Amino acid sequence: MNHGKPFAIVLAAALLATAPLFLNAYQVDVLNSIGLYGLLALGLNLILGEAGLFNMGHAAFYAVGAYTAAMLNTRYQIPILWTLPLSGLAAGLFALAVARPVVHLRGDYLLIVTIGVGEIVRIALVNDIFGMTGGANGIFGISRPQLFGIVIRRPQEFFYLIWGCVALTIVLFLRLKQSRFGRALNYLREDEVAAEGSGINTAYYKLAAFGLGAAWAGMTGALFAAKMTIISPESFNFWESVVLFMIVILGGAGNIAGVLLAAFLVIGLPELFREFASARMLVFGLVMIVMMVFRPQGLLPAGGRRFSLATLARGHG
Amino acid sequence: MMEAPPIVSGQPNTVSIPLLVIQELTKTFGGLTAVNAVSFAVEKGSVVGLIGPNGAGKTTVFNLITGNYRPDRGRIEFGGTPLAGLRTHRIIALGIARTFQNIRLFQRLTVLENVLAGCHYRMRGGILAAMLRLPSQRREENDGMGRALKELEFVGLRQQALALAKNLAYGDQRRLEIARALATQPRLLVLDEPAGGMNEQETEALIGLIARIRERGITILLIEHDMRLVMRACEKLVVLENGGKIAEGAPEQVRRDPKVIEAYLGADDEA
Ligand SMILES: Nc1ncnc2c1ncn2[C@@H]1O[C@H](COP(=O)(O)OP(=O)(O)OP(=O)(O)O)[C@@H](O)[C@H]1O
Ligand SMILES: [Mg+2]
Repeated sequence: MNHGKPFAIVLAAALLATAPLFLNAYQVDVLNSIGLYGLLALGLNLILGEAGLFNMGHAAFYAVGAYTAAMLNTRYQIPILWTLPLSGLAAGLFALAVARPVVHLRGDYLLIVTIGVGEIVRIALVNDIFGMTGGANGIFGISRPQLFGIVIRRPQEFFYLIWGCVALTIVLFLRLKQSRFGRALNYLREDEVAAEGSGINTAYYKLAAFGLGAAWAGMTGALFAAKMTIISPESFNFWESVVLFMIVILGGAGNIAGVLLAAFLVIGLPELFREFASARMLVFGLVMIVMMVFRPQGLLPAGGRRFSLATLARGHG
Repeated sequence: MMEAPPIVSGQPNTVSIPLLVIQELTKTFGGLTAVNAVSFAVEKGSVVGLIGPNGAGKTTVFNLITGNYRPDRGRIEFGGTPLAGLRTHRIIALGIARTFQNIRLFQRLTVLENVLAGCHYRMRGGILAAMLRLPSQRREENDGMGRALKELEFVGLRQQALALAKNLAYGDQRRLEIARALATQPRLLVLDEPAGGMNEQETEALIGLIARIRERGITILLIEHDMRLVMRACEKLVVLENGGKIAEGAPEQVRRDPKVIEAYLGADDEA
């Protein structure tokens, strides 16, 4: 057994929890960005990492959630945090609707279709085809979130809101991983024919993976709208989907810790080298190439689930 | 746990209730008729062998039974239920389980998780139950785990429960596929070349395993090229050649059939 790993995780969590005490506002804001990308990537990880479905249009679900929250808040004055479940629901249902006809497609075809979905959503928003998304300018005047009577305004306050959501997500998704549902996604990824041949309704689980992953993106969209108070289509462009795809693959598809680590590297590192703005994409690209050549399984690849011997003994009885 | 009591009697021919009935089954791929008007039945509690030279259409018959392919013509009935149009997982839920000719395990998952796949459809817990860790969900997970471990014990892989499937020896991978299939608690087990790639001892152990599966009251239909296994394990053989059935009957009778001998001439010589 490896005792170093839990220790490293506890240390990282403690460091993170106290970070706002010794970082400046800008640095905390970077951590907030990382948290949002972490949430998005954990949702995408269900689809891409756990179920093995190539989705390169995750930003579309993010957008649906963010716009749902923004519209509910600015038009109907619903407190922004209350819109969270509705944003998740809207994005999840949208994902089910678009995934339903295409989810049976093989990996590379699905990839192309999801890129298309992402672009269609963005272009629809830019052209304001529903007449209520504000076109290229987007929606502004989204109110500040309030929690237990406290208005959340400063980056330090947002930090605890966002990372609280990350922590909750980790707990829920770890539980999901250790369940019938989580295993079914993995069977899909490993061998669809064998999964169906073992009695698993593969069509259902593909849709469920899309729906749940998208719902998470939708809720993250609501958080994003709350943090920015103004949203526009450019926040949900193709590049966002690509970055999220990279985070999941780079982190080790299917590994929660790996995906979060990758979110830190992919979102955090470029901020450290802001002065070299033009060169950083070059370095970034090179790092990706080197990674994929020398460590295609990702930073922390997903292993088999660990069952403790106690669990085994109990299960056997 | 088990359904009807096993019909293990001294005279296997006295009662013969067909569990699986195949009638005029036909499947073409482009211009090639892979299965041509094949009819046969598998009696409850029996072990039936489907044999024939390479490319005869045996695996295609299996894929038609489990709904991986749609037949062009003909019917398949299982326990009185027509299987036409049912998706594979529905057919598994009716009580048919299968293994694959070219082993299809979930390679990067553990041996235990592979078997848990077979337990899946008898469990209920969904997303919410898992996220909230409801007591009923935990109980169900423990029960599933227990059943999976029992099946691993049954095929002799209990010690490897936590190994990754891809790290198992070839013969063990075949047995793991059988354990996964058994975990669905089938009434009919369909094995596609279970002894493929096995050495002599492993094949011997497999013959014992097949007998023990049968003792559980599970009917078996198997494809096999190893004639010693077929002769010892099966009480009925169905012989295919070029998609058509050329013989059916007791092993002793089939091996003396001139048509069968001719079909195997130049190919397998043991018959
Ligand atoms: N999906 C498919 N598409 C096209 N042709 C196929 C397909 N599946 C099988 N065939 C063809 O159908 C014929 C029967 O194949 P099948 O796999 O059923 O043979 P088999 O009896 O199982 O042979 P073996 O002993 O080699 O496994 C072969 O000629 C094969 O090439
Ligand atoms: Mg075959």
